[in-house]
Amino acid sequence: MSQVATAEVGHHDDKAQIKRIWKTFWILLIITIVELGIGLAIYSIHKGESPNETLVLMFKGVVCILTLAKAFYIVGVFMHLGDEIRNMIMTIIVPLLLFVWFIIAFLWDGNAWKNLKNTDAGSREYIEKPNEKLPAKEKGHKD
Amino acid sequence: MTTATVQPTTKLWSGGKSPFNVSYGKLMMWYFLMSDAFTFGAFLISYGTIRFSQNAWADPNYVFNAFPLAGHANLPLAFVSLMTFILILSSVTMVLAVHEGHKMNRKGVEKWLFWTILGGLAFLGCQAWEWTHLIMGEKEVLVNGVIEKWGTTVTHNPWGPEVLHNGQAIATPGPIAFGGYFFGITGFHGFHVFSGVVINIIMLIQNRMKIFEKRGHYEMIEKAGLYWHFVDLVWVFVFLCFYLV
Repeated sequence: MSQVATAEVGHHDDKAQIKRIWKTFWILLIITIVELGIGLAIYSIHKGESPNETLVLMFKGVVCILTLAKAFYIVGVFMHLGDEIRNMIMTIIVPLLLFVWFIIAFLWDGNAWKNLKNTDAGSREYIEKPNEKLPAKEKGHKD
Repeated sequence: MTTATVQPTTKLWSGGKSPFNVSYGKLMMWYFLMSDAFTFGAFLISYGTIRFSQNAWADPNYVFNAFPLAGHANLPLAFVSLMTFILILSSVTMVLAVHEGHKMNRKGVEKWLFWTILGGLAFLGCQAWEWTHLIMGEKEVLVNGVIEKWGTTVTHNPWGPEVLHNGQAIATPGPIAFGGYFFGITGFHGFHVFSGVVINIIMLIQNRMKIFEKRGHYEMIEKAGLYWHFVDLVWVFVFLCFYLV
């Protein structure tokens, strides 16, 4: 197992490493608290009269970016991927780039599906029926 | 220092040593986690597709507003924040255990592994409470003109849009997919937490038996750590998709 990178760490390295771990913890905690604050802001916007949907969408975008930042810190510092050699990092990161296409394509598809339903496949004006008719439900009947 | 320093030349690929400078087991753990990320990703993206196709979806601020022993107090997102905090903290204790392993400190590994296991169990307890609360909770919902009391299950979603009924606002049934996705994905994640706790308990026992000490390295702790951090990583995205947006 000569190739394993488990080196004995000196006393100085040790302190620096522990400091780095706790620093990452505080970063993750603060990001989570900010996300929570944004979540509650969305809640209060939705409660008010005529909610500003653009603002809500913007807030949701910010939360997504903050989540990616958290993922970066967990993978980079806690999982020590940042300390591995570049080729190895790339074999993990590059396949995950497929997600970029997955997310765009499938959410687009879901949205297109909604548009088709709300326009009866394009044959009428777009009307969002707030309460879709559901099949009558009996006890014990699965649908 | 030891072999940790990177060899910059093409000799990396000439055989005799790992070109990625990691052991086989650790590399395969990484690739397993990558494939697991695709599984979770597929679940979450499928959830997103269905959610985008609906005119209305359950508002998480109303669905998840309960806290143990707080009665009917309206505390949106409070409990799930506590769960997130527990999982982040257990990730920190895990990385500290790995760190003690690098220093060949058996007692230190034992201490931090113990806290990690405790954190994992606390998270599972929280999830059990949350599930019970949702499934058993009786929410008034207007079904075909009659008010019924529903829990949130894979067949019942009482979190649809509100309508006026005899001058009183009351919810209607929402998209049926909500429960299936919520319990399916958080359940799959909870299963990962559970198996992570089991793995960590095995690590704790082996550590106590001085197996790693005799072996001369604590790499198994590192691999268990990778798995545990991955569980935390997935929760970050589950938290985003189900509770925040």
